Amino acid sequence: MTTTVDDPTQQTSVGSESSRRMTHKRSYNRDRNGPIFYVVLVLIALLFIVPVLWMFLTSFRVSEETRAIPIQLIPRHFSLRGYRMIFDPASDSAGANPVPRWFLNSLVVSTLGTIWNLVVAAMAAYPLARMQFRGRNLLFGTLIATMFIPGFIFLMPNYLTMDKLQWLDSYWALVVPGAAGAFGVFFLRQFFLSIPRELEESALIDGANQWTIFTRIILPLSKPALVTLATLSFLGHWNDFIWPLFVLFSPEKLTLAPGLATLKGAYVTDYPVVMAGATVAAVPVLILYVILQRYVIEGVASSGLKG
Amino acid sequence: MAAAEARLSSRLRHHHPLTPYLFIAPYVVLLFGFVLWPAVFGFWISLHDWDFLLASKPFVGLQNYANLLDSTSTTYDPFWNGMKNTFIFTVISVPFLVVIPLALAVMLNRKFPGRTVFRALIFAPFVLGISVIGLLFTYLFDARYGLINEMLSWVGVPEIGWLTTQPAAWIGLVIVTIWWTIGFNAIIFLAGMQAISAQQYEAAELDGAGGWGKFRHVTIPGLRNVFIFVLTTTILASANMFGQSYLITSGGPGDSTRTAIMVMTEEGLRQFRMGSASAMSYVLALFLAVVSVANFFVMRERS
Repeated sequence: MTTTVDDPTQQTSVGSESSRRMTHKRSYNRDRNGPIFYVVLVLIALLFIVPVLWMFLTSFRVSEETRAIPIQLIPRHFSLRGYRMIFDPASDSAGANPVPRWFLNSLVVSTLGTIWNLVVAAMAAYPLARMQFRGRNLLFGTLIATMFIPGFIFLMPNYLTMDKLQWLDSYWALVVPGAAGAFGVFFLRQFFLSIPRELEESALIDGANQWTIFTRIILPLSKPALVTLATLSFLGHWNDFIWPLFVLFSPEKLTLAPGLATLKGAYVTDYPVVMAGATVAAVPVLILYVILQRYVIEGVASSGLKG
Repeated sequence: MAAAEARLSSRLRHHHPLTPYLFIAPYVVLLFGFVLWPAVFGFWISLHDWDFLLASKPFVGLQNYANLLDSTSTTYDPFWNGMKNTFIFTVISVPFLVVIPLALAVMLNRKFPGRTVFRALIFAPFVLGISVIGLLFTYLFDARYGLINEMLSWVGVPEIGWLTTQPAAWIGLVIVTIWWTIGFNAIIFLAGMQAISAQQYEAAELDGAGGWGKFRHVTIPGLRNVFIFVLTTTILASANMFGQSYLITSGGPGDSTRTAIMVMTEEGLRQFRMGSASAMSYVLALFLAVVSVANFFVMRERS
């Protein structure tokens, strides 16, 4: 669960003479990578940096420059026009693209969705990891099985459920069903299982009830797993595209992801505006990622080892 | 002492019998409401001429499925065109989406300065949503103003209509998908590689295996389960392709990149013919189930 993918050499065994000699040799002759390795590395790194950098750069350019032929690679003029167009309704000539509102919607939906997902998943994972009860195995088996159902199966019936609940074109449709996924429950159950029972046993002797144990012992000890799940859940809500694209209609109700699709349609080749919109959607998740990348990567890494 | 332990273990088992159910209730409600019930209800919808906007939703049995097999019906052409496109995309994208991350994981499994930063960098696009990716690559692939054609022109490649001609459109969509998701599979492969014990590599070294020999005889067998996982999830993800085509090519040129999910959502959630759209979703799901099971058994056999 707490798989660390930081250092491959830490698993180098010291059990046998030969391995000890090898580690020794490695530490003397540390860098066994040739120059070609580093050239390839830098080229790959550039492949990942340049597009995002180009997006940032373009968002601060004037349209004429981006439509010059050949392209001017180095910006001559710095301009905030792209951002003005999407932040100031008066200058949004293409009409209804309230990006600040979409940003707020995304923030609210992603935050509420994440909290809801964490609360529901943690509460379900606790008895699955720690209590004996009838139906436990059946429930756990069902939960695993649902992970194999492709998501598009649910589009039509859940759309009808949203209609029945009168949740179409509302945040409810984005927040509530999100916690029905099995991943969070499964992920937290695995983590709870790895927590030693001793602390709970002494708490039980002191007369603590299950809720107290859950909130005072299990949850505080599970902070890394909760942070990982929270980050993945937030990213998932923030980036969710297909579901909000169809269940939201009013321009002011959209989140950023489907909103950007309409922005793209409205501004077409006015790329500074389009890239400003993309940047606004990208920056929060990139900041989140820079701060929490260790958790994100460990969460993803562990999902594969279970498979 | 023993008595105390017995008391303790009985105490441990004797929480109130309802307690676990109370803990689990919110999730179970959601599981039934948004996963189990709709999985069945969707099939029920597919047995009806279910127009969302009409009061009458007559039961038609398997007619929606029959229509998908009847070349004279209105849904036949769009659906199978979508299925064909999804198939094409899956077949051409999956090899790259598996092999390139494997190669990256091999690189990342070596020791070099800046390794953590590099790992974080190649994963970074995955945290951007498809909408950001879609807007960014629409621009990069723009035939006249895009950076990609510009850079190609430096080496004398004439203007390519990435969004308007084939096979350039497919190549473009595969490139976008590789760029976007490559870090995900790479991280999973890397974790799998690091779970292989160093002793196995040492044993192989003692047997005289070189770099390739170790990769071939230790890494690959050690990654078998991870490989099945990556292959299966990647096939499923490619078969679910929607956003790239929707945002970048709009299904074009013509309908040549309109995927099955695009056809399905257009039919059910734009035209509101939910009966036939549900039938489409079950047919696609059946195909994917067959692929997953076959994949699982083929990989099992090899061991």
